[in-house]
Amino acid sequence: MSKESNKSINKKKSSLLFINKEREPLFSKKNRVLLTDPLDDNNPITVQVLGICSALAITVQLEPAVVMSLSVVAVMGASNVIVSLLRNLIPNRIRIIVQLVVVASMVVLVDQILKAYAYDVYKELSIFIGLIITNCIVMGRLEAFALGNNVWRSFLDGIGNAAGYGLILIVVAFFRELFGSGKLYGFQVIPESVYDLGYENNGLMLLSPMALIIVGIYIWFQRSKNRKLIEKN
Amino acid sequence: MNTESNSYTFLFAALMVLVVASTLAFTASSLKTKQDENVRKEKMQSILKTIGINTSRDGAEELYIKHIKEEFSLDQKGNIDDSVSAFSIKLIREIKKPISDQRFPVFIAEVKDERYYVIPLRGAGLWDAIWGYVALRDDKNTIEGIIFDHKGETAGLGAEISQQWFQDLFKEEKLFDIQGNLVGINVSKTNNDPKNLDKDDHEVDAISGATITGDGVSDMILERMRHYLPYFNKLDI
Repeated sequence: MSKESNKSINKKKSSLLFINKEREPLFSKKNRVLLTDPLDDNNPITVQVLGICSALAITVQLEPAVVMSLSVVAVMGASNVIVSLLRNLIPNRIRIIVQLVVVASMVVLVDQILKAYAYDVYKELSIFIGLIITNCIVMGRLEAFALGNNVWRSFLDGIGNAAGYGLILIVVAFFRELFGSGKLYGFQVIPESVYDLGYENNGLMLLSPMALIIVGIYIWFQRSKNRKLIEKN
Repeated sequence: MNTESNSYTFLFAALMVLVVASTLAFTASSLKTKQDENVRKEKMQSILKTIGINTSRDGAEELYIKHIKEEFSLDQKGNIDDSVSAFSIKLIREIKKPISDQRFPVFIAEVKDERYYVIPLRGAGLWDAIWGYVALRDDKNTIEGIIFDHKGETAGLGAEISQQWFQDLFKEEKLFDIQGNLVGINVSKTNNDPKNLDKDDHEVDAISGATITGDGVSDMILERMRHYLPYFNKLDI
């Protein structure tokens, strides 16, 4: 085999992994948008209305919300990379099953490793980690983005969307924990003297409907600042 | 390569299942000893905590050997069955057996010459299992300490049973009424004693929004303690 044809095979191989061969800088403007867009303009929860279920379930306290956000960042980053690597090999007809298997095995892997090496974190998190499998944002990004984009861009997209999801989780949990139990991250922040004056924690804040209302208020606030999100008609 | 053909689809699926299954099986089995060790030490840690000894998980084993003087399991009639090691009993499996085959573990602890009976608990919360350990003083009536844990109760609501403040409510509460009947501890929504000053009312304040978990805690204590009555009666004679 001549040298030249060898080269062309190599080139073909690498273009399977990285479509943009024009040496685009890693954090070009186009790539940075992948990270920042989901935080506001294209937020998975408040704009795309995905992942609402877990946003209601685990925002009673700040700590689980933070930990859940971090785990989703890890799982989404990793599964987006894997699916993007396999995107030219996955048969179209079973792609959803493949995505599900990738996400589920990532989650089980994280769960097992935590159980062995970070048992306290595992105990805190194990139920939430299981919940990640059912998080529609993960599958949504695999299907909508990772299947059609190169590895680096998919990675950024995964991290960005997970961060957008985490942002809402943390904002909602902040208000729910503060007004629901007078604490932040488990520490009492509303002093005893305020309670002596007749202040009471709002028990309604602890129940799921208030999460939905806080998300609603957030959407209202977001759209009043960011006019282009308002639908015409 | 035609990735849409039937044979390719089958091949891909088969290969994927093989790779994923062997990766997960390998991870699970290679981490198993480490995981079991964590679970075992956590159990020691929990038992120690009910008698007021807080320790890290790594320090648990040493203190456990020091303070836990006896472990034994009882049969339905309150007789000690030497053939079953109390520490290795897993209530999750034990409570599914017919009552005559079940064994009920007891751990006898000693701290500063005080003797305590530590008894494991297991019941059902709202979403999944709840469990814990209760330490009774030598009168086999007053609670020295109790701890709860849960698999999947709601964070901020039912999950609060694993918090210190909730478990502290049970301290010094009594399991038996004056006539000597087992009444347990009621996690009550209509508690007239929210500051929990009355230690003889068999009640602690419930957690708002966690009624079913609270009822589960009450039921669990009553149900598990019932099985130890024959043994306690024998001790008193």
